[in-house]
Amino acid sequence: MEKQITAPISKETARTLKAGDYVYITGTIYTARDAAHKRMKETLEKGMELPLDLKGQMIYYMGPSPAREGRPIGSAGPTTASRMDKYAPELLDLGLGGMIGKGKRSKAVIDAIVRNDAVYLAAVGGAGALLSKCIKSSEVIAYDDLGTEAIRRLEVENFPVIVVVDSEGNNLYETAIQAYRTEDTTLC
Amino acid sequence: MRTVNVSEITEQIKEMCIEANHYLSEDMKNALSESEKQEKSPLGKQILCQLQENLKIASEDMIPICQDTGMAVIFLEIGQDVHLEGGPLEDAVNEGVRQGYKEGYLRKSVVRDPIERENTKDNTPAVIHYEIVAGDRIRITVAPKGFGSENMSRVFMLKPADGIEGVKEAVLTAVRDAGPNACPPMVVGVGIGGTFEKCALMSKKALTREVGRHSDIPYVKELEEELLTKINQLGIGPGGLGGTTTAFAVNINTYPTHIAGLPVAVNICCHVNRHAVREI
Repeated sequence: MEKQITAPISKETARTLKAGDYVYITGTIYTARDAAHKRMKETLEKGMELPLDLKGQMIYYMGPSPAREGRPIGSAGPTTASRMDKYAPELLDLGLGGMIGKGKRSKAVIDAIVRNDAVYLAAVGGAGALLSKCIKSSEVIAYDDLGTEAIRRLEVENFPVIVVVDSEGNNLYETAIQAYRTEDTTLC
Repeated sequence: MRTVNVSEITEQIKEMCIEANHYLSEDMKNALSESEKQEKSPLGKQILCQLQENLKIASEDMIPICQDTGMAVIFLEIGQDVHLEGGPLEDAVNEGVRQGYKEGYLRKSVVRDPIERENTKDNTPAVIHYEIVAGDRIRITVAPKGFGSENMSRVFMLKPADGIEGVKEAVLTAVRDAGPNACPPMVVGVGIGGTFEKCALMSKKALTREVGRHSDIPYVKELEEELLTKINQLGIGPGGLGGTTTAFAVNINTYPTHIAGLPVAVNICCHVNRHAVREI
Protein backbone atom coordinates (compact mmCIF):
# COMPACT_ATOMS: atom_id res chain seq x y z
CA MET A 1 0.00 0.00 0.00
CA GLU A 2 1.27 3.50 -0.81
CA LYS A 3 1.36 5.97 2.09
CA GLN A 4 2.59 9.49 2.76
CA ILE A 5 4.01 10.35 6.16
CA THR A 6 5.75 13.30 7.74
CA ALA A 7 8.89 13.10 9.87
CA PRO A 8 9.39 13.23 12.83
CA ILE A 9 6.91 10.43 13.31
CA SER A 10 4.50 9.68 16.15
CA LYS A 11 4.02 6.21 17.61
CA GLU A 12 0.43 6.33 16.30
CA THR A 13 1.68 6.87 12.75
CA ALA A 14 4.36 4.22 13.14
CA ARG A 15 1.69 1.72 14.12
CA THR A 16 -0.20 2.35 10.86
CA LEU A 17 2.84 1.32 8.78
CA LYS A 18 2.87 -2.33 7.76
CA ALA A 19 5.71 -4.44 6.34
CA GLY A 20 5.54 -4.13 2.55
CA ASP A 21 4.01 -0.62 2.50
CA TYR A 22 5.59 1.80 0.05
CA VAL A 23 6.02 5.05 1.96
CA TYR A 24 6.95 8.59 0.92
CA ILE A 25 8.51 10.64 3.73
CA THR A 26 8.36 14.44 3.86
CA GLY A 27 9.91 16.46 6.67
CA THR A 28 13.06 16.38 8.76
CA ILE A 29 15.30 13.33 9.20
CA TYR A 30 18.85 12.92 10.53
CA THR A 31 21.82 10.99 9.17
CA ALA A 32 24.15 8.91 11.31
CA ARG A 33 26.26 5.87 10.54
CA ASP A 34 29.04 3.86 12.20
CA ALA A 35 31.28 6.57 13.66
CA ALA A 36 28.41 8.86 14.78
CA HIS A 37 26.69 5.94 16.51
CA LYS A 38 29.90 5.04 18.29
CA ARG A 39 30.22 8.62 19.48
CA MET A 40 26.57 8.83 20.59
CA LYS A 41 27.08 5.63 22.59
CA GLU A 42 30.17 7.11 24.27
CA THR A 43 28.24 10.32 25.00
CA LEU A 44 25.48 8.35 26.71
CA GLU A 45 28.01 6.31 28.70
CA LYS A 46 29.47 9.54 30.04
CA GLY A 47 25.98 10.59 31.10
CA MET A 48 25.99 13.52 28.68
CA GLU A 49 23.22 14.71 26.33
CA LEU A 50 23.01 13.60 22.72
CA PRO A 51 23.33 16.33 20.05
CA LEU A 52 19.67 15.80 19.11
CA ASP A 53 16.46 14.90 20.92
CA LEU A 54 15.65 11.48 19.48
CA LYS A 55 11.94 11.54 20.28
CA GLY A 56 10.05 10.54 17.15
CA GLN A 57 13.04 11.22 14.94
CA MET A 58 14.13 9.09 12.03
CA ILE A 59 17.77 8.24 11.56
CA TYR A 60 18.92 7.61 8.00
CA TYR A 61 21.98 5.36 7.86
CA MET A 62 23.79 7.30 5.19
CA GLY A 63 27.10 9.02 4.50
CA PRO A 64 26.80 11.20 1.38
CA SER A 65 29.36 11.93 -1.30
CA PRO A 66 30.39 15.63 -1.38
CA ALA A 67 27.89 18.10 -2.85
CA ARG A 68 28.78 19.95 -6.03
CA GLU A 69 28.43 23.75 -5.88
CA GLY A 70 24.82 24.88 -5.60
CA ARG A 71 23.47 21.48 -4.63
CA PRO A 72 22.33 20.44 -1.13
CA ILE A 73 24.05 17.06 -1.16
CA GLY A 74 25.88 14.51 -3.30
CA SER A 75 24.88 10.90 -3.84
CA ALA A 76 22.84 9.83 -0.82
CA GLY A 77 21.72 6.20 -0.67
CA PRO A 78 21.41 3.95 2.39
CA THR A 79 24.21 1.97 4.00
CA THR A 80 23.94 -1.49 5.58
CA ALA A 81 21.88 -1.18 8.76
CA SER A 82 23.19 -4.25 10.58
CA ARG A 83 26.40 -2.41 11.47
CA MET A 84 24.28 -0.16 13.68
CA ASP A 85 22.49 -3.10 15.38
CA LYS A 86 24.79 -2.86 18.37
CA TYR A 87 23.60 0.70 19.05
CA ALA A 88 19.99 0.80 17.79
CA PRO A 89 18.09 -0.81 20.71
CA GLU A 90 19.33 1.80 23.18
CA LEU A 91 18.42 4.66 20.82
CA LEU A 92 14.97 3.17 20.23
CA ASP A 93 14.44 2.96 23.98
CA LEU A 94 15.34 6.66 24.14
CA GLY A 95 12.52 7.47 21.73
CA LEU A 96 13.96 7.07 18.25
CA GLY A 97 10.93 6.71 15.98
CA GLY A 98 12.40 5.01 12.95
CA MET A 99 15.46 3.97 11.02
CA ILE A 100 16.11 4.06 7.29
CA GLY A 101 18.78 1.81 5.83
CA LYS A 102 19.16 -1.41 3.91
CA GLY A 103 19.66 -5.02 4.90
CA LYS A 104 18.80 -7.32 7.77
CA ARG A 105 18.41 -6.37 11.46
CA SER A 106 19.16 -8.41 14.54
CA LYS A 107 16.52 -9.91 16.79
CA ALA A 108 17.46 -7.41 19.51
CA VAL A 109 16.69 -4.52 17.13
CA ILE A 110 13.41 -6.05 15.99
CA ASP A 111 12.40 -6.59 19.63
CA ALA A 112 13.21 -2.95 20.39
CA ILE A 113 11.16 -1.82 17.37
CA VAL A 114 8.15 -3.76 18.68
CA ARG A 115 8.70 -2.62 22.29
CA ASN A 116 8.77 1.05 21.23
CA ASP A 117 6.23 1.13 18.36
CA ALA A 118 8.95 2.13 15.92
CA VAL A 119 9.66 1.14 12.33
CA TYR A 120 12.57 0.05 10.10
CA LEU A 121 12.40 1.25 6.53
CA ALA A 122 14.56 0.34 3.55
CA ALA A 123 15.60 2.74 0.85
CA VAL A 124 16.87 1.22 -2.39
CA GLY A 125 20.57 0.49 -1.97
CA GLY A 126 22.75 1.84 -4.74
CA ALA A 127 20.23 4.42 -5.89
CA GLY A 128 22.10 7.34 -4.33
CA ALA A 129 21.75 9.72 -7.27
CA LEU A 130 17.99 9.19 -7.50
CA LEU A 131 17.45 9.50 -3.75
CA SER A 132 19.52 12.70 -3.58
CA LYS A 133 16.83 14.41 -5.64
CA CYS A 134 14.39 14.07 -2.71
CA ILE A 135 16.77 15.85 -0.31
CA LYS A 136 16.11 19.58 -0.34
CA SER A 137 18.61 20.71 2.28
CA SER A 138 21.39 19.29 4.39
CA GLU A 139 23.13 20.76 7.40
CA VAL A 140 25.77 19.22 9.65
CA ILE A 141 24.52 19.52 13.25
CA ALA A 142 27.14 17.47 15.09
CA TYR A 143 30.49 15.70 14.78
CA ASP A 144 31.64 17.78 11.81
CA ASP A 145 35.12 16.27 12.15
CA LEU A 146 33.71 12.91 11.04
CA GLY A 147 33.29 14.21 7.47
CA THR A 148 30.80 12.05 5.59
CA GLU A 149 29.96 10.33 8.90
CA ALA A 150 28.85 13.55 10.65
CA ILE A 151 25.25 13.89 11.86
CA ARG A 152 23.26 15.86 9.29
CA ARG A 153 19.76 17.31 9.44
CA LEU A 154 18.02 16.69 6.12
CA GLU A 155 14.84 18.20 4.80
CA VAL A 156 13.27 15.62 2.51
CA GLU A 157 10.30 15.61 0.15
CA ASN A 158 8.58 12.42 -0.92
CA PHE A 159 11.60 10.34 0.02
CA PRO A 160 10.71 6.77 -1.11
CA VAL A 161 11.13 3.87 1.32
CA ILE A 162 9.63 0.44 1.93
CA VAL A 163 8.54 -0.79 5.36
CA VAL A 164 10.68 -3.83 6.20
CA VAL A 165 10.10 -4.30 9.95
CA ASP A 166 6.85 -2.91 11.31
CA SER A 167 5.77 -2.23 14.90
CA GLU A 168 4.36 -5.75 15.16
CA GLY A 169 7.68 -7.28 14.21
CA ASN A 170 6.68 -8.44 10.72
CA ASN A 171 9.77 -8.71 8.54
CA LEU A 172 9.41 -8.18 4.79
CA TYR A 173 12.86 -9.61 4.02
CA GLU A 174 11.66 -12.98 5.29
CA THR A 175 8.15 -13.03 3.87
CA ALA A 176 8.92 -11.57 0.43
CA ILE A 177 11.82 -13.94 -0.18
CA GLN A 178 9.61 -16.96 0.60
CA ALA A 179 7.12 -15.79 -2.00
CA TYR A 180 9.67 -16.01 -4.83
CA ARG A 181 11.81 -18.85 -3.57
CA THR A 182 11.84 -21.81 -5.95
CA GLU A 183 15.20 -23.33 -5.08
CA ASP A 184 15.73 -27.02 -4.64
CA THR A 185 16.45 -27.07 -0.92
CA THR A 186 17.79 -30.60 -1.03
CA LEU A 187 21.12 -29.27 -2.34
CA CYS A 188 22.16 -27.38 0.76
CA MET B 1 61.37 -1.28 -25.05
CA ARG B 2 58.80 1.51 -24.72
CA THR B 3 59.15 4.31 -22.19
CA VAL B 4 56.07 5.58 -20.35
CA ASN B 5 56.07 8.47 -17.90
CA VAL B 6 54.12 7.57 -14.77
CA SER B 7 52.36 10.96 -14.90
CA GLU B 8 50.37 9.52 -17.80
CA ILE B 9 49.15 6.75 -15.50
CA THR B 10 48.17 9.35 -12.86
CA GLU B 11 46.08 11.24 -15.43
CA GLN B 12 44.35 8.11 -16.72
CA ILE B 13 43.53 6.83 -13.23
CA LYS B 14 42.13 10.21 -12.20
CA GLU B 15 39.74 10.17 -15.15
CA MET B 16 38.87 6.51 -14.68
CA CYS B 17 37.90 6.98 -11.00
CA ILE B 18 35.45 9.68 -12.05
CA GLU B 19 34.20 7.72 -15.07
CA ALA B 20 33.64 4.46 -13.19
CA ASN B 21 31.63 6.19 -10.47
CA HIS B 22 29.26 7.97 -12.85
CA TYR B 23 28.80 5.60 -15.79
CA LEU B 24 28.29 1.85 -15.69
CA SER B 25 29.64 -0.29 -18.51
CA GLU B 26 27.24 -1.28 -21.31
CA ASP B 27 27.06 -4.92 -20.17
CA MET B 28 25.82 -3.87 -16.72
CA LYS B 29 23.27 -1.47 -18.20
CA ASN B 30 21.99 -4.18 -20.55
CA ALA B 31 21.78 -6.64 -17.66
CA LEU B 32 19.60 -4.17 -15.74
CA SER B 33 17.20 -3.47 -18.58
CA GLU B 34 16.93 -7.16 -19.54
CA SER B 35 16.23 -8.18 -15.95
CA GLU B 36 13.49 -5.59 -15.64
CA LYS B 37 11.64 -7.37 -18.48
CA GLN B 38 12.08 -10.79 -16.83
CA GLU B 39 11.43 -9.91 -13.17
CA LYS B 40 8.27 -11.49 -11.77
CA SER B 41 7.84 -9.37 -8.62
CA PRO B 42 6.04 -6.05 -9.23
CA LEU B 43 8.11 -4.36 -6.46
CA GLY B 44 11.26 -5.94 -7.91
CA LYS B 45 10.38 -4.56 -11.33
CA GLN B 46 9.83 -1.12 -9.82
CA ILE B 47 13.24 -1.23 -8.11
CA LEU B 48 14.98 -2.30 -11.33
CA CYS B 49 13.26 0.61 -13.04
CA GLN B 50 14.49 3.00 -10.30
CA LEU B 51 18.02 1.68 -10.66
CA GLN B 52 17.95 2.55 -14.36
CA GLU B 53 16.57 5.98 -13.58
CA ASN B 54 19.36 6.33 -11.01
CA LEU B 55 21.98 5.59 -13.71
CA LYS B 56 20.41 8.21 -15.97
CA ILE B 57 20.50 10.87 -13.23
CA ALA B 58 24.06 9.92 -12.29
CA SER B 59 25.40 10.42 -15.79
CA GLU B 60 23.33 13.49 -16.69
CA ASP B 61 23.77 15.42 -13.44
CA MET B 62 27.21 14.03 -12.54
CA ILE B 63 26.10 12.59 -9.19
CA PRO B 64 27.89 9.35 -8.25
CA ILE B 65 25.73 6.28 -8.96
CA CYS B 66 26.16 5.26 -5.32
CA GLN B 67 27.37 7.37 -2.39
CA ASP B 68 29.78 4.57 -1.54
CA THR B 69 32.27 5.41 -4.25
CA GLY B 70 34.39 2.61 -2.94
CA MET B 71 37.94 1.80 -2.12
CA ALA B 72 39.86 2.10 -5.40
CA VAL B 73 40.95 -1.36 -6.51
CA ILE B 74 43.36 -1.10 -9.40
CA PHE B 75 44.70 -3.85 -11.62
CA LEU B 76 47.81 -2.98 -13.57
CA GLU B 77 48.92 -5.37 -16.28
CA ILE B 78 52.30 -4.09 -17.29
CA GLY B 79 54.05 -5.33 -20.42
CA GLN B 80 57.56 -6.54 -19.64
CA ASP B 81 58.91 -4.36 -22.46
CA VAL B 82 57.71 -1.16 -20.79
CA HIS B 83 60.12 1.10 -18.98
CA LEU B 84 58.46 3.44 -16.46
CA GLU B 85 60.04 6.77 -15.66
CA GLY B 86 59.12 9.88 -13.69
CA GLY B 87 58.96 8.46 -10.15
CA PRO B 88 57.59 5.51 -8.22
CA LEU B 89 54.59 3.86 -9.89
CA GLU B 90 52.73 3.36 -6.61
CA ASP B 91 52.87 7.08 -5.86
CA ALA B 92 51.62 7.87 -9.37
CA VAL B 93 48.65 5.53 -8.96
CA ASN B 94 47.71 6.98 -5.57
CA GLU B 95 48.05 10.50 -6.93
CA GLY B 96 45.55 9.59 -9.67
CA VAL B 97 43.12 8.29 -7.05
CA ARG B 98 43.65 11.40 -4.89
CA GLN B 99 42.93 13.77 -7.79
CA GLY B 100 40.02 11.72 -9.12
CA TYR B 101 38.22 11.51 -5.78
CA LYS B 102 38.72 15.23 -5.16
CA GLU B 103 37.83 16.57 -8.60
CA GLY B 104 35.00 14.07 -9.07
CA TYR B 105 33.28 14.93 -5.77
CA LEU B 106 33.62 11.29 -4.75
CA ARG B 107 33.30 10.13 -1.17
CA LYS B 108 36.47 9.58 0.80
CA SER B 109 35.90 6.24 2.47
CA VAL B 110 39.37 5.05 3.43
CA VAL B 111 40.71 4.97 7.00
CA ARG B 112 44.48 4.97 7.65
CA ASP B 113 44.43 2.16 10.18
CA PRO B 114 41.80 -0.61 10.48
CA ILE B 115 41.60 -0.23 14.27
CA GLU B 116 42.28 3.47 14.86
CA ARG B 117 40.07 4.41 11.87
CA GLU B 118 41.13 7.94 11.02
CA ASN B 119 39.93 8.95 7.55
CA THR B 120 42.79 9.69 5.12
CA LYS B 121 40.49 12.32 3.54
CA ASP B 122 41.62 11.64 -0.04
CA ASN B 123 40.56 8.00 -0.47
CA THR B 124 44.15 6.80 -0.71
CA PRO B 125 45.80 4.42 -0.62
CA ALA B 126 44.36 2.33 -3.41
CA VAL B 127 44.56 -1.44 -3.39
CA ILE B 128 46.88 -2.15 -6.31
CA HIS B 129 47.42 -5.50 -8.01
CA TYR B 130 50.41 -5.66 -10.37
CA GLU B 131 50.87 -8.26 -13.07
CA ILE B 132 53.80 -8.46 -15.45
CA VAL B 133 52.64 -9.63 -18.87
CA ALA B 134 54.13 -9.98 -22.37
CA GLY B 135 54.35 -6.94 -24.67
CA ASP B 136 54.90 -3.21 -24.32
CA ARG B 137 51.45 -1.99 -23.27
CA ILE B 138 49.93 -1.16 -19.90
CA ARG B 139 46.35 -2.21 -19.23
CA ILE B 140 44.71 -0.35 -16.34
CA THR B 141 41.48 -1.50 -14.71
CA VAL B 142 39.96 0.79 -12.08
CA ALA B 143 37.28 -1.01 -10.07
CA PRO B 144 36.01 1.07 -7.11
CA LYS B 145 34.59 -1.43 -4.62
CA GLY B 146 31.75 -0.63 -2.25
CA PHE B 147 31.74 -2.35 1.11
CA GLY B 148 28.08 -3.25 1.48
CA SER B 149 28.78 -6.21 -0.75
CA GLU B 150 32.48 -6.56 0.12
CA ASN B 151 31.48 -7.28 3.73
CA MET B 152 29.39 -10.23 2.55
CA SER B 153 32.23 -11.90 0.64
CA ARG B 154 33.75 -15.17 1.84
CA VAL B 155 36.67 -17.58 1.50
CA PHE B 156 36.02 -21.30 2.01
CA MET B 157 38.96 -23.70 2.36
CA LEU B 158 37.18 -26.83 1.15
CA LYS B 159 38.58 -30.33 1.04
CA PRO B 160 39.24 -32.09 -2.28
CA ALA B 161 36.50 -34.59 -1.35
CA ASP B 162 33.95 -31.75 -1.24
CA GLY B 163 34.30 -31.49 -5.02
CA ILE B 164 32.03 -29.49 -7.29
CA GLU B 165 29.00 -29.99 -5.04
CA GLY B 166 30.96 -28.39 -2.21
CA VAL B 167 31.78 -25.43 -4.45
CA LYS B 168 28.11 -24.96 -5.34
CA GLU B 169 27.10 -25.11 -1.70
CA ALA B 170 29.78 -22.54 -0.77
CA VAL B 171 28.65 -20.05 -3.42
CA LEU B 172 24.96 -20.45 -2.56
CA THR B 173 25.70 -20.11 1.16
CA ALA B 174 27.59 -16.86 0.57
CA VAL B 175 24.80 -15.42 -1.57
CA ARG B 176 22.02 -16.57 0.75
CA ASP B 177 23.79 -15.06 3.77
CA ALA B 178 24.45 -11.83 1.87
CA GLY B 179 20.75 -11.43 1.05
CA PRO B 180 19.58 -7.82 1.08
CA ASN B 181 22.83 -6.51 2.62
CA ALA B 182 24.80 -6.80 -0.61
CA CYS B 183 22.39 -4.62 -2.66
CA PRO B 184 21.13 -7.24 -5.08
CA PRO B 185 20.92 -7.80 -8.03
CA MET B 186 24.56 -8.70 -7.64
CA VAL B 187 27.44 -9.97 -9.70
CA VAL B 188 29.14 -12.94 -8.08
CA GLY B 189 32.88 -13.34 -8.63
CA VAL B 190 34.26 -16.77 -7.76
CA GLY B 191 37.83 -18.01 -7.54
CA ILE B 192 38.44 -21.74 -7.35
CA GLY B 193 41.87 -23.23 -6.71
CA GLY B 194 45.29 -21.73 -6.15
CA THR B 195 46.07 -20.82 -2.55
CA PHE B 196 44.16 -18.84 0.09
CA GLU B 197 45.12 -15.43 -1.37
CA LYS B 198 45.17 -16.54 -5.02
CA CYS B 199 41.53 -17.64 -4.98
CA ALA B 200 40.49 -14.37 -3.30
CA LEU B 201 42.29 -12.35 -5.96
CA MET B 202 40.77 -14.45 -8.74
CA SER B 203 37.29 -13.83 -7.36
CA LYS B 204 37.94 -10.09 -7.33
CA LYS B 205 39.24 -10.10 -10.88
CA ALA B 206 36.27 -12.22 -12.00
CA LEU B 207 34.01 -9.25 -11.15
CA THR B 208 35.68 -7.21 -13.90
CA ARG B 209 34.68 -9.73 -16.56
CA GLU B 210 31.85 -8.59 -18.81
CA VAL B 211 28.41 -9.80 -17.75
CA GLY B 212 27.29 -12.46 -20.22
CA ARG B 213 30.79 -13.61 -21.14
CA HIS B 214 31.56 -17.07 -19.86
CA SER B 215 34.66 -19.04 -18.95
CA ASP B 216 36.43 -20.77 -21.87
CA ILE B 217 36.50 -24.01 -19.87
CA PRO B 218 33.33 -25.99 -20.74
CA TYR B 219 32.58 -27.35 -17.24
CA VAL B 220 33.22 -23.94 -15.66
CA LYS B 221 30.83 -22.28 -18.12
CA GLU B 222 28.19 -24.87 -17.17
CA LEU B 223 28.85 -24.22 -13.50
CA GLU B 224 28.45 -20.46 -14.02
CA GLU B 225 25.10 -21.02 -15.71
CA GLU B 226 23.85 -23.53 -13.15
CA LEU B 227 24.82 -21.33 -10.21
CA LEU B 228 23.17 -18.27 -11.75
CA THR B 229 19.94 -20.22 -12.14
CA LYS B 230 20.11 -21.52 -8.58
CA ILE B 231 20.91 -18.08 -7.16
CA ASN B 232 17.93 -16.60 -8.94
CA GLN B 233 15.76 -19.30 -7.39
CA LEU B 234 16.68 -18.14 -3.88
CA GLY B 235 13.93 -15.52 -4.06
CA ILE B 236 16.09 -12.68 -2.68
CA GLY B 237 15.32 -10.37 -5.61
CA PRO B 238 16.07 -6.67 -6.26
CA GLY B 239 16.88 -4.86 -3.03
CA GLY B 240 16.41 -8.16 -1.21
CA LEU B 241 12.67 -7.47 -1.21
CA GLY B 242 11.75 -10.65 -3.05
CA GLY B 243 11.93 -11.53 -6.70
CA THR B 244 13.50 -13.57 -9.43
CA THR B 245 16.50 -11.31 -10.16
CA THR B 246 19.10 -11.87 -7.45
CA ALA B 247 22.22 -11.95 -9.65
CA PHE B 248 23.12 -10.85 -13.15
CA ALA B 249 26.09 -13.16 -13.52
CA VAL B 250 28.36 -15.67 -11.83
CA ASN B 251 31.92 -15.28 -13.14
CA ILE B 252 34.33 -18.03 -12.16
CA ASN B 253 38.11 -18.09 -12.53
CA THR B 254 40.14 -21.20 -11.76
CA TYR B 255 43.79 -22.03 -11.13
CA PRO B 256 45.78 -25.18 -10.37
CA THR B 257 45.88 -26.02 -6.69
CA HIS B 258 47.55 -28.31 -4.13
CA ILE B 259 46.75 -32.05 -3.80
CA ALA B 260 45.36 -31.36 -0.31
CA GLY B 261 43.11 -28.37 -1.01
CA LEU B 262 40.13 -26.84 -2.76
CA PRO B 263 40.06 -23.10 -1.95
CA VAL B 264 36.91 -21.23 -3.01
CA ALA B 265 36.47 -17.46 -2.74
CA VAL B 266 33.19 -15.67 -3.34
CA ASN B 267 33.49 -11.93 -3.92
CA ILE B 268 30.07 -10.34 -4.15
CA CYS B 269 29.48 -7.06 -5.92
CA CYS B 270 26.26 -5.06 -5.85
CA HIS B 271 24.47 -3.93 -9.02
CA VAL B 272 26.88 -0.98 -9.14
CA ASN B 273 29.65 -3.24 -10.47
CA ARG B 274 32.06 -0.52 -11.56
CA HIS B 275 35.08 -0.96 -13.73
CA ALA B 276 36.80 1.29 -16.21
CA VAL B 277 39.45 -0.22 -18.48
CA ARG B 278 42.07 1.58 -20.57
CA GLU B 279 45.24 0.59 -22.32
CA ILE B 280 48.22 2.83 -22.82
